[in-house]
Amino acid sequence: MVTQKNTLSGWISLRKARKAVLSKTTYRGITAIIIFFICWEVSSRLNFPVVGQIPPPSSVFSAMRKIIGSPDFWGSWLVSFKRVFAGFIVAQIIGIPLGLLMGINRVFRDLTFPAIEILRPIPPLAWVPAAVIFWPTAEMSITFVTFLGAFFTVVLNIIGGAKSIDVRYIRAAHSLGSRRRDIFLRIVLPATLPSMFVGMAVGMGITWEVVVAAEMIASRSGLGFLTWQAYVAGNYPVIVIGMISIGIAGFLSSTLLRVIGRRVTPWLKVI
Amino acid sequence: MRNNGHNAARDENFQAGHPSGEMNIASVSKAYGVGPLRQPVLEDCSFTIESGKLTVLIGPSGCGKTTLIDILAGYEKADSGIVTIDGQPVKGPGRDRLVVFQETALFPWMTTFENVIYGPMVRKEMSRKDLESRAISLLEKVGLVDFKDKYPTQLSGGMQRRAELIRAMINNPKVMIMDEPFRGLDAMTRELMQEYYVRLFEENRATNLFVTSEIEEAIFLADQLLVMSYRPAKIREVIEIELPRPREFHMLTSKEYLNYKKEALEILHEEAMKAFASGSNVAAVDFLEAYSERQAASGQEGRDSFD
Repeated sequence: MVTQKNTLSGWISLRKARKAVLSKTTYRGITAIIIFFICWEVSSRLNFPVVGQIPPPSSVFSAMRKIIGSPDFWGSWLVSFKRVFAGFIVAQIIGIPLGLLMGINRVFRDLTFPAIEILRPIPPLAWVPAAVIFWPTAEMSITFVTFLGAFFTVVLNIIGGAKSIDVRYIRAAHSLGSRRRDIFLRIVLPATLPSMFVGMAVGMGITWEVVVAAEMIASRSGLGFLTWQAYVAGNYPVIVIGMISIGIAGFLSSTLLRVIGRRVTPWLKVI
Repeated sequence: MRNNGHNAARDENFQAGHPSGEMNIASVSKAYGVGPLRQPVLEDCSFTIESGKLTVLIGPSGCGKTTLIDILAGYEKADSGIVTIDGQPVKGPGRDRLVVFQETALFPWMTTFENVIYGPMVRKEMSRKDLESRAISLLEKVGLVDFKDKYPTQLSGGMQRRAELIRAMINNPKVMIMDEPFRGLDAMTRELMQEYYVRLFEENRATNLFVTSEIEEAIFLADQLLVMSYRPAKIREVIEIELPRPREFHMLTSKEYLNYKKEALEILHEEAMKAFASGSNVAAVDFLEAYSERQAASGQEGRDSFD
């Protein structure tokens, strides 16, 4: 009986997965990308104003064939990923507890929020010169700037999430005999998770923006530097490769976040 | 913290499954607003929720039932008067008086099963095995056993109400307080819920306070019917309902039932007319109440989430 039920549900989930992968949305998406490449190739060949200056996909692909085997190219990926994740993870390690504390403790929030609100509007890139001066290595300064990119978004989203927890849940938990610890771990934390992940998703996007710009300004490695170097060298197809790489890297990072987010907030995907 | 100061004797009482709470409400008053804007909501409200009985509180909508419940539950403080449970004054929320709210307060991030076992689990008073079997037997009673691993958003409105009902019941509270728990359900589901509820009550005979604005529901469920007046609210009338138990729906056509209904309706009509006559006042009072609730809520944030 049990195995029958399991194979049945397995079959259903397999069908669901196939349905999701082979859906109309997927086909439309693939069509959109193909049309995009065709427009690009055509406009480049016909030498349209402005867009015609961009190397066509054909030359980008041939440049790609050369570069794809080179360890330097993948090294750039690795370096950028390391910077993004170092900054991002440190931002979570500091930002999540800080945001939670600010969300649940009014006194602490009143004492810290104004300082954060003053620092927050400063664009992370404006920190680059100061960071280069204050941190001993260029690596650390870039990681610091990336950290800033994710930090404020995460903190703000967590505060918002923790503040907006419905008082009904807190009351119910109190009545049922929860201690402070239970209220925090079983109510506040899970109730805040969705907004925490919204903050992370936005923060991850900012992190990639920041790391690329910082690499162009203050570094001699990474995908941002690769793109900049190609520009300096006049190697136009590689500029495009650098751009596409950054796009894909950002997409992979946010997909990873989304997968983790779905795992830890299973109640949101239902219905 | 303050909820956990229960003594051993009381714990034994819970475990034995003989909740015997009697609540006494003695001249409780509550007003919102200050100065000329002050609006009394409850005034000199006194009654007893008798042990092992199902007491139903009925009153015109907007008469202050929810305020009264917040005071009984310990979420709000009365301006004057005393609320006691088995002789002990009520100081704050506690699991000896569990409230089932109008809107669902099931935790969305927990499955039905996790919701149901929440109370005993955080208090660590039952072994995991006992707790699980007790939860399953309760889930069976309300027909939710197949839905125990679903999240609240996957349940229908009626199922959510039932889950919430047993989440409170599993704690064997001395007094169960039901704040219009079936409001907003469609007529069929509502009837079904009344039946589930009255069966559960008749099996356990715990002390229950059920608040409603539906006269049929009130008489069908009640041992004792308290009719509230319009603002400032107090108890207008206490009607002992002597319909036999177990209650069946066909009793809703009996002569006794109709007499009770007539009696209660006359009082309610009078009170509704008063509410109507006060006209523009209603909006002002509602506004004040909502406003001061908001104020209280924002003032408590820090404490509410961590106390």
